[in-house]
Amino acid sequence: MASDQVTLLDLWASPFGMRVRLALAEKGVKYEYSEQDLMNKGALLLQMNPVHKKIPVLVHNGKPVCESLIIVQYIDEVWKDKAPFLPSDPYQRAQSRFWADFVDKKIYDFGRKIWMEKGEDQEAAKKGFIDSLKLLEGELGDKPYFGGETIGYVDIALVPFYTWFYAYETIGNFSIEAECPKLIGYCKRCLKKETVSKSLEDPKKVYDFVVMLRKKYGIE
Amino acid sequence: MDERKYNMAEEVKVFSTWASPFALRVIWALKLKGVEFDTVHEDLINKSPLLLQYNPIHKKVPVLVHDGKVICESLVILEYIDETWKQNPLLPEDPHQKANARFWAKFGDDKVMQSIGGGVLLKEGKEQEEGFAASMEHLKYLEDEIRGKKFFGGETIGLADIALGWLAHYLDIVEEIVGLRLIDQEKFPSLAAWKQEFANAPIIRENWPDRDKLVTKYVAMREANLGKGTPK
Repeated sequence: MASDQVTLLDLWASPFGMRVRLALAEKGVKYEYSEQDLMNKGALLLQMNPVHKKIPVLVHNGKPVCESLIIVQYIDEVWKDKAPFLPSDPYQRAQSRFWADFVDKKIYDFGRKIWMEKGEDQEAAKKGFIDSLKLLEGELGDKPYFGGETIGYVDIALVPFYTWFYAYETIGNFSIEAECPKLIGYCKRCLKKETVSKSLEDPKKVYDFVVMLRKKYGIE
Repeated sequence: MDERKYNMAEEVKVFSTWASPFALRVIWALKLKGVEFDTVHEDLINKSPLLLQYNPIHKKVPVLVHDGKVICESLVILEYIDETWKQNPLLPEDPHQKANARFWAKFGDDKVMQSIGGGVLLKEGKEQEEGFAASMEHLKYLEDEIRGKKFFGGETIGLADIALGWLAHYLDIVEEIVGLRLIDQEKFPSLAAWKQEFANAPIIRENWPDRDKLVTKYVAMREANLGKGTPK
C-alpha cells in the first residue's frame, strides 16, 4: 500500500467530489488532488472518464474508477482495514445502499431544481426536497450518524450536500433548518469531525459559485 | 456451516409485475443461484396494501422479502442476493472489476434506458431523433466494453449482464414499434452477439415476458405519451 498512487480528478464545489474526499479522509489515504476545468476538459479527464467526461474520477495506480458512490464503495473495499463504511450484514448493507441511492435520486435532483427553476417548478422542488429530508430524518432516528456510532456510507453520500443548503435557502427563499432541525443538527454534528470539516467546502463560497452558474445559464 | 442448507423454512418472496424488466432482474438472479422463491404478482394500477407497506417510499416493484427482511430497488436487491447466496457469483472479487460492473449497470439505467425508453419509444419527430442519436452513442460505449467478451461479466453472466439484459428482449419490441433499428448487426457486431448469447442462455430464455402482450403495452404507452390523436 505504501507505493499506491492515488489521484482524484475533481471540482472543488462538487458535492459528489466531496463524497470521495471524505471517504479518502476517513481511510487516511494520501492522494493528489487535481482540480479540473469543466469548461476546458483536460486530456487526463477525457481519457479516464470517456463515457461521462465528468468528475469525480479516482485514479488508483493508473486505473480509473468513476461515479461517486461506486468510487466510495471501491475505497471501502480496497482500504478495508480501517473505518468500514458499510456494515458486514447483507441486509444492513442493502439498507445503506438503498438510502444512499435515495440521496442520489432525490436530494441532488430537487436541489438542482431549486436553484435552476422559478415559480411553481421551484416551489414543487422545495416541497420535494423537504419531504425527502424528512424521510432521511426518519431513517436517522436517534442514531448520531446514519452509520450508527461512526460515519458510514449514507453519511458520506449525504453530508456534502449540506454545503449547498445555504445556496438552496438563499435562492429558494426558505429555511431548511426550520423544516428539518434534526437533519441540520446532524449535519453540524458531522462537521465537528475533522475528516468532514476538511473535506467539505464553505457554503458561502458554494453560494457564490451557484450565483455564477445561474448567470451563466441566464437564470434571473 | 451454512445453516441455510438445512433451514427448510427460509422464505423468499418477490413482488413483481409481468412486464417489469427490473423485477425480471431479481427473478433471473435468484434462479441463476438456484434459490427457491414465491412470486407475488402486482397490478400497478391497483397496488396491494402489502406492497405499499413494504415499499412506502417508491411504491414500486421489485421488492424482495427474505425471511421478513424487505429490500427495495433492483440493483440493491441484486447485491443483497449476491452477498446472501454465494453460489454462481454475480460480481467478481477484485474491487476494480467490481467497480466496473457497477459502472455499466448504472450506465444502463441512467443513460441507455432513458434514451431508448424515454427518447425513442415515447417521442416522435425531432425529440425522437435526438433520443435515437443519444442511444447510438450509448450503444457504442457498450459495444466497446463487450468486445472480446462473451458476457459483460466475462465467461459467465454477471451483474452488468443482468442489469442490461432487458436489451436482449425489450429492445426488439421498441424497434418494431418505432420502425428503427438500434442494435444493428453491422454497427454493433459484438453487442448483437451478446444479445443472442444472453437471450438464449439457460434460465434467461425461459423467463421472458410475453412478446405480444409487451407490444400492446408499449404501443399504448407510446400513444398515451404522444397524446391520442396528435397529428404527426
